[in-house]
Amino acid sequence: MYTNQLNVAILGSGNIGTDLLIKVLRSPYLACTLFTGRNPDSRGLQLARELGVQVSDRSIDAILDNPGCCDIVIDATSAAAHIRHYPLLKALGKFVIDMTPSQLGITCIPAVNLQECLDSNDVNMITCGGQASVPLAYAIARSQQEVSYIEVVSSIASLSAGPATRINLDEYIEATEGALRSYTGCRRAKAILNLNPAIPSIDMQTTLFAVVPEPDMGSLARAVEEMVARIQRYVPGYQLIVPPVIENGRIALMVKVQGLGDFLPSYAGNLDIINCAAIALAEEYARRSLNVRKGG
Amino acid sequence: MHPLIISDPTLRDGSHAVKHQLTRENLELYSRMAEKAGMAVLEVGHGNGLGASSLQLGESLLSDAEMLSICRNNLRRTRLSIHVIPGFATIHRDLQAALELGVDIVRVASHCTEADLTKRHIEYVRGQNRTAYGVLMMSHMASAEVLGSEALKMQGYGAQAIILMDSAGAYLPGDVTAKIQYLCSILDIPVGFHAHNNLGLAIGNSLAAAEAGATILDGTARGFGAGAGNAQLEALVAALHHSGRDTGIELYALLELAEQAEIAFAKAPKLGSMSIVSGMAGVFSGFVKPVERIAKEYCVDPKAVMVELGRRKVVAGQEDLILEAALTLSQQA
Repeated sequence: MYTNQLNVAILGSGNIGTDLLIKVLRSPYLACTLFTGRNPDSRGLQLARELGVQVSDRSIDAILDNPGCCDIVIDATSAAAHIRHYPLLKALGKFVIDMTPSQLGITCIPAVNLQECLDSNDVNMITCGGQASVPLAYAIARSQQEVSYIEVVSSIASLSAGPATRINLDEYIEATEGALRSYTGCRRAKAILNLNPAIPSIDMQTTLFAVVPEPDMGSLARAVEEMVARIQRYVPGYQLIVPPVIENGRIALMVKVQGLGDFLPSYAGNLDIINCAAIALAEEYARRSLNVRKGG
Repeated sequence: MHPLIISDPTLRDGSHAVKHQLTRENLELYSRMAEKAGMAVLEVGHGNGLGASSLQLGESLLSDAEMLSICRNNLRRTRLSIHVIPGFATIHRDLQAALELGVDIVRVASHCTEADLTKRHIEYVRGQNRTAYGVLMMSHMASAEVLGSEALKMQGYGAQAIILMDSAGAYLPGDVTAKIQYLCSILDIPVGFHAHNNLGLAIGNSLAAAEAGATILDGTARGFGAGAGNAQLEALVAALHHSGRDTGIELYALLELAEQAEIAFAKAPKLGSMSIVSGMAGVFSGFVKPVERIAKEYCVDPKAVMVELGRRKVVAGQEDLILEAALTLSQQA
């Protein structure tokens, strides 16, 4: 039976997976037909049960045993786990959205390359810092003649970083740097992540620094403003708090990301931005698939 | 009790004092003389450690590999050490190469409440048969009990010592005694202390740490280090000898080392207003220079910027927030 929604299986019941669950349940285009983790007592699985969602504590095996349960798989485990899941999910032919910094599959920044990602079936969402910074780095590169170096520093609240995020710190850095290089064409890029334990928790903030030999600040300001507006369409809490300035011979600009407060409170903009990006992608994929079905 | 080890980060913490512009000649001179003076450990690198050369924190004149190779060549008995903060340095990009260059001790550091970030780096270093220490930075910001549970995590990952850093120079001697005693009572491994002199207490706090059971103490020639600098190595060693402790260091050779270092590059840091305010605000000493620069540019009081950063409880590594804090204050003015 066709409905007006595509079925989503969420793999991984940590902070990212549970927040995605709430967002999928709210989406007019998506339904969560399986929420699967490893620990039956985890807060995520408990919440999913309370919300009446089909759950499993058998991780990917629950999908492999019943592949008809979903059209889309969102993998919110860890980079190492996704590298194991990748061939198994590929064999099932699902549209896979990878939330981990595994560096497999095509990378997606919805504000930049959403359409081309729909034709792939394995899409990687890079990292939270990547979602916040890469589109701005892209705007810098597009508006300037030459960019010789890009650097991104993100600060997130300690309470927003779960165990997989913490153990994946190196992968976070490498994946973010890789995306900065590939979206800007700039050969030198650096990513830095700080965790801050202050209470009340800090909002996610991301700073971009760029070394640009002949900066055109007028066109930069326009490019950045336009990109911020595009991101705000799917991440409402994304704000430019320091517009591009030249300080100490480098371009600097800063954004703050407040989350929707779905699973973690609004300080966890890092969780929200990558999840909002994944939902934007999944919804676009669903809209296209459902149109094809109706039309066909 | 574990034997007392003096560890010398003149060529690492001191990098902050010269905006990470230590030269090949500086490193040659200092490492040669440190070996001669019988220094147990020499720590080398960018002020924020391996892989930290950046626009955020300042770019190093020399690469990590250049700095380590120069010192490695001159060290025989003295062990070569590095400071490594996960979030800045990765295993593949930075740490692997440093170990290949012959680093003996890797001090894996995190903000004092985030020890789990050090797990993979500590395990990697131990897997490569090198010595790994766990370092809790900005440790004035957490209670003895919290520091204890974070230190136990590091010990569990394989750390062979735990260093408490007073990164903001915010400790009073009584805090040092209480925290070091507590760590010594719950850990099986040696405990160390890394002082800063923002409130003029670096030597006193280091002695308090030794008295409370710390057996690894950090000090730098002339106190050369971030902000108001570190515990002055020559004075620290002399005071320890005076109190009947053996350091294995030849004091007169050390005095000669400090004199030569001062002539060449290690100017004694000033305990200026901004360092005092950073100590009071509990903000990392490395913020002093960039706060002064950015406050001047935005015509705001650098002290007000420092206090604002303290209010936000910034951690070492969040230097980008200086710009935003200064901009916000300038708009309020």
